[in-house]
Amino acid sequence: MRSYSNTYIFIFSSIMVIIVAALLSVAAMTLQPFQKKNVEINKKQNILTSINIESSAKNAEELYEKYILEIFAINTKGEKQEGVDAFKIDMKKELAKPLNERNLPVFISSLEGTKQYIIPVYGKGLWGPIWGYVALKDDLSTILGATFSHKGETPGLGAEIDTKDFQSRFLEKEIFNEQGKFVSVSILKAGAANPDSKYEIDGISGGTITSVGVDAMLKDCLSSYETYFKNIKN
Amino acid sequence: MSAEKEPLFSSKNIKLLTGPLNDSNPITVQVLGICSALAVTVKVKPAFVMALSVLVVMAVSNVVISLLRKTVPPRIRIIVQLVVIAAMVILVDQVLKAFLYDISKQLSVFVGLIITNCIIMGRLEAFALSNKPWQSFLDGVGNAAGYGVILIIVAFFRELLGSGTVWGFKVIPESVYDFGYENNGLMILPPMALIVVGVIIWVQRAKNKKLVESN
Repeated sequence: MRSYSNTYIFIFSSIMVIIVAALLSVAAMTLQPFQKKNVEINKKQNILTSINIESSAKNAEELYEKYILEIFAINTKGEKQEGVDAFKIDMKKELAKPLNERNLPVFISSLEGTKQYIIPVYGKGLWGPIWGYVALKDDLSTILGATFSHKGETPGLGAEIDTKDFQSRFLEKEIFNEQGKFVSVSILKAGAANPDSKYEIDGISGGTITSVGVDAMLKDCLSSYETYFKNIKN
Repeated sequence: MSAEKEPLFSSKNIKLLTGPLNDSNPITVQVLGICSALAVTVKVKPAFVMALSVLVVMAVSNVVISLLRKTVPPRIRIIVQLVVIAAMVILVDQVLKAFLYDISKQLSVFVGLIITNCIIMGRLEAFALSNKPWQSFLDGVGNAAGYGVILIIVAFFRELLGSGTVWGFKVIPESVYDFGYENNGLMILPPMALIVVGVIIWVQRAKNKKLVESN
């Protein structure tokens, strides 16, 4: 076997690494716009799902333009924030900030002449982040639709939160009680929820920690909007 | 061109392409690459994309390593192989994210894990380092096809029995469900992939006696 000097080995590996690095950077730069677009379309599809509109990757943009009227950011006092691109807000970063510095996005849509308020939510499941959108009817309490996604919950258990079956349990539930107090929707142990209650639903059996995560996520995220909702109502 | 040059598709070269489909199949005979075979075979479509990605990575890295085979210092050859594979995998991952976003979401980490797929390293080490580019290319395509075929067969049965669909289309009619048929949830979980692979190995050995170990 031919032997190679150390110098040769160093030169060989340096050249190889530089070529590979250059190749990958060029590829990453050229493909980035397409990838960003995909993420954006995916987000729009999720938002549409929360108001119960089915969309495909092809028509998502068009439907989004049609139904979503307005996007803006508010702070926890319920005041509109200027100069913030609400669509690009990353909920993870906002929730890490102290309460009064948060920028909270609100998406307003219009279906059959009524207004809906779509609120993004973000929290922790068992294995990783979970997130989603909750759409409220114009009474700002009744849930019109909810959609959740997750990074890697247990298939068949916690991962069920992204199914229609789980999400439809939220329909017509309310987040403010009759006295106008914020109560959110509680996710109880599977089978424990009172079917007549407007404020509780069954969790997923075997997916307890994920269910608790969704419960906490709703309470955390929706409570930040409490003042904003109350301001509109009065 | 010299007169004694082998034709592009000589019987020896064809053997490189077809051998891995049966006699030396990477999954069922060499039992390599099982991990991803379990993970991405819930549905046919992601399994197909995965097989295609492995094919591209394997064919290209085999050719690249084969071209470099006379310049690669043996002491760092494993690192060189890894760099080539890793670069290809990142490229494939980026392309999937840009053009097949939905499928890339389903495959998630498993595209990245092609790097650790032992079939690829195995072929680079055992074949590409000592053979000409064209033969290496055929060997890469053949082995990736052998891997892909098993992946797709497993995914076909898992999707059919687990979700009642093939390539996302419903094939089990609604009336069958009315009679009380139910999708088998177990098929969706990884253990069933292992059992399906086992059944394939059994069927293959029943037909191909020379694969049966004699002791």
